[in-house]
Amino acid sequence: MNTILECKNLNKCFGSKKALSNINLSIPRGRIVGLLGPNGSGKTTFIKLCNELLTPTSGEILIASNRPGVETKKIISYLPENTYLNDWMRVSEIIQFFKDFYSDFSAEKAYDMLNRLNINPNDKLKTMSKGTKEKVQLILVMSREAQLYLLDEPIGGVDPAARDYILNTIINNYNEEATIIISTHLISDIEKVLDDIIFLKDGEVVLAKTVDEIREENGKSVDDLFREVFRC
Amino acid sequence: MSWNFKPDRPIYAQLIEQIELKICSGEYALGVKLPSVRDLAQEAAVNPNTMQKALSKLEEDGLLYTNRTSGRFVTENEQIVKLLKNKITQNQINEFLEKMKSLGLERKEIIHAITNLLKEDEENEHDS
Repeated sequence: MNTILECKNLNKCFGSKKALSNINLSIPRGRIVGLLGPNGSGKTTFIKLCNELLTPTSGEILIASNRPGVETKKIISYLPENTYLNDWMRVSEIIQFFKDFYSDFSAEKAYDMLNRLNINPNDKLKTMSKGTKEKVQLILVMSREAQLYLLDEPIGGVDPAARDYILNTIINNYNEEATIIISTHLISDIEKVLDDIIFLKDGEVVLAKTVDEIREENGKSVDDLFREVFRC
Repeated sequence: MSWNFKPDRPIYAQLIEQIELKICSGEYALGVKLPSVRDLAQEAAVNPNTMQKALSKLEEDGLLYTNRTSGRFVTENEQIVKLLKNKITQNQINEFLEKMKSLGLERKEIIHAITNLLKEDEENEHDS
């Protein structure tokens, strides 16, 4: 089974507002995919549907041939837009928490990454800056041996040097069986590490191609194309 | 040499060019073992699949070869590298000539300019 995520005629409405309309996608294993689109284009809605935090109005999402549920949560590592961790906890306590929750979590990997980013595991979350909190969350999510990583705006708040480290971490942890989907606005920063691009606009997929196809066909980077397609 | 990418062309094509340069310049010497795909991808900060694609193409062209058990190596065939060097030289000169033409320089003027520059270079070297 080579497809990790499949959408068939997927629709999601909030009242009369269409958040996603008629999405058909098939994402193979072993890819790093950029989910790109302006604010309000449906990126987070899509990711939430994959995690069963929302349910489709019509159509279907399949993750490794299963509908989102208990089975798919075992194999998805999800970084939400907003934190769900308790502010009063120490990083080491949260690591223990993750270890209890996920059988595929590697505490060793997490401590190693914390160390490299100079984050003290004994610090409490509430004493940390926004950027450091983001790093901690990303480390937790990337320390799982998942089959699908869904990262919703993972690098927005971190400085460029840490951004490079994080992208390196993503390349490093890359495994041929796993797919990583990253939603972001910071295209130029991550373009080089992506295989595929999905452009969302007003809840529709307007483009789904590989980065090199886009560069070949348009003679410009994904970042430049984005600015053109979504010019305000 | 570090890795640089221009926005207007596919990344794998630019990877191929830059690895070719490394082979020509001897940074990757004949017969030497290359780092793993993952390490190379990390070094260049690119997607491992993209790096893999570039290496496969270089293998097709005979510049690299894979030994099933021990990894990927630079060719030991000097002739292939010589041909590659010629190709790159020609491309670079053609590009240069195009630019000079767009500046409105005649053939003679171009040659004159190059000869002068080379002479100056030589004298500078002499002085130091």
